Amino acid sequence: MRIAVCIKQVPDTEARLRLRKDGRWVDEEDLPFVINESDEYALEEALTLAEKTGGEVVVLSLGPARVKEALRKALALGAQRAVHLQDEAFEGGDAPATARALHAALSRESFDLVLTGSQSDDNGYGATASVLAGLLGWPHAWLVMGVELEEGGASLKVVREMESGMNEIVRIATPAVIEVQAGINHPRYASLKGIMQAKRKPQEVLTAADLGLDPAVVGAAGSRLEVVSVAFPSTGAGAQMIEGDAATAARVLVEKLRNEARVL
Amino acid sequence: MSEDLMSKKIWIVTQHRDGKLHRMSREAIAAGQQLAQALGASAEAVILGSGIDGLAAEIAGYDLAAVHTADHAALADYTPGGYVSALAPALAAARPDFVVFPHTYQSVDYVPLLAQRVDAGLLPEVTSFENGDDGLVFTRPVLAGKMVSRVRVRGEGTVLLSVQSGAFSADSAATGSAPVAALGLGEVTADREILGVEEVAEDQVDLSKADVIVAVGRGIGGADKMAPARELAELLGAEIGASRPVIDSDWLPRDRQIGSSGQTVAPKLYIAIGISGAIQHLVGMKGSSVVVAINKDPKAPIFNVSDYGIVGDLHEVLPELNAKIRELKQAG
Ligand SMILES: Cc1cc2nc3c(=O)[nH]c(=O)nc-3n(C[C@H](O)[C@H](O)[C@H](O)COP(=O)(O)OP(=O)(O)OC[C@H]3O[C@@H](n4cnc5c(N)ncnc54)[C@H](O)[C@@H]3O)c2cc1C
Repeated sequence: MRIAVCIKQVPDTEARLRLRKDGRWVDEEDLPFVINESDEYALEEALTLAEKTGGEVVVLSLGPARVKEALRKALALGAQRAVHLQDEAFEGGDAPATARALHAALSRESFDLVLTGSQSDDNGYGATASVLAGLLGWPHAWLVMGVELEEGGASLKVVREMESGMNEIVRIATPAVIEVQAGINHPRYASLKGIMQAKRKPQEVLTAADLGLDPAVVGAAGSRLEVVSVAFPSTGAGAQMIEGDAATAARVLVEKLRNEARVL
Repeated sequence: MSEDLMSKKIWIVTQHRDGKLHRMSREAIAAGQQLAQALGASAEAVILGSGIDGLAAEIAGYDLAAVHTADHAALADYTPGGYVSALAPALAAARPDFVVFPHTYQSVDYVPLLAQRVDAGLLPEVTSFENGDDGLVFTRPVLAGKMVSRVRVRGEGTVLLSVQSGAFSADSAATGSAPVAALGLGEVTADREILGVEEVAEDQVDLSKADVIVAVGRGIGGADKMAPARELAELLGAEIGASRPVIDSDWLPRDRQIGSSGQTVAPKLYIAIGISGAIQHLVGMKGSSVVVAINKDPKAPIFNVSDYGIVGDLHEVLPELNAKIRELKQAG
């Protein structure tokens, strides 16, 4: 089974965010980046499926130079090859624009499955891989909490999360796009051997020109959405912020919960 | 061009399950009506399914120019293929300016595919809009709710837009009386075989009845660092709850998860410890009476829904808090 995994590099959820000068995104200088959480789970699922079927895992990522680190990590975890979509023209795309670029890269070879996370922790469109499925003409499933190969891989039994604590179990044909939800498995850690081997694994860089893509249909230029500005939400609206060191804050909180809110 | 072709049109696609409208369908109707008003457009609703006359009649009780039904045996169970094959020709024919969906697990599953099929723009998880100096600008959360993005749509053609849970009040949806008519359907093809539905976790703990909940997030830092939070829960006679990453990391069992894919709770007191406050968590606890948040990040969105906030390291604050509550209990 040949599996492609699309991963995105996003700001670490722990990172302190600052506005970029133009006010349209966060300042990426000195910002720590990590592999998007649900993409890590997607990669683990791909590696497990490939181990079961003796297949190959190719990891793809679209983004600037820093993305190489995410790809290197994926290689260290066990992916065989990496493809980096690196071009100024790819930057700032909405979900359809990014899906077009990924589609062009994926269409150069033949895959049985494309795995991704369900949603990125930065733009959070939750849509890119579903648009990609449409472009590929493949069935897909979003928010997947279980994947089982059936009929030697001709179809998949997929557990899909629904709202209010229910899962739906569905069967879809392959090839398919599977959008994995965090918590589906337990992502492995890279071994020292894996890290050493990663250095020798093939990493390919692709530009829009390499893919025969008109720069006008990808990235910001190919997007219907245009970010005017980003801002911090008005934090603490309504909340009484309790000041002081830990001991003082704890004392004041207990007093307020007892005498003001009357819940203690 | 005739007056009719010139005029703007908003469609609202509703959602339902087990014969009931999804709560967020009404929010989507309200959002669609407000958008129609801002743009001088007409608002029309759509419902898909099998045997949906009753639901269509219910939707027709809102102030809408029309209710379109897509009633087909292949739409009895939701599949993305079925919904997209029913909606795509209708959208291509009617060419609405915007189509409003509730931002639900179901719509996120198929709306991007629909956008691809009809070559529409895609604007997920809208929380508000304003027709002002910058033109028509929508807001949506980014970076897990830590920031808000203001976005504009450019270019020609339909935009598929989904509205976040709770962003538009269902009560603000204007009532009226709309004509109901069937959509012309081509071939409707399901692309999934539905094998069944199961519960994620047989809820051993029913958190919905708890009076006090001590909820821990990723900031707690590990299964081995839970003791102070457990002690706080014990002192308060509270149940322990958690955000999703805590469960995904196996620090607590799945039946402790609070949020859109976990339990919905409404205690008198909710203490959120090391939880950032992503919308998927907030929808599960926003019914709480008094919310306390302890977080080292002063900009954490959880403070927006809190009554009391402490900015600090939870590993320092919790022991102090436990000591103060112990004192209080001893004083009787
Ligand atoms: C479809 C879908 C469904 C989801 N369903 C749910 C759901 O049901 N429930 C849910 O909770 N999430 C759900 N999520 C995930 C959600 O989007 C967030 O990722 C999650 O809620 C974040 O959890 P968190 O706040 O614990 O972690 P983070 O966002 O990582 O926040 C950790 C917080 O801890 C603080 N912190 C760290 N260390 C300390 C310290 N020493 N002292 C004080 N504070 C500290 C940090 O400042 C930060 O604010 C869902 C996501 C998707 C896409």
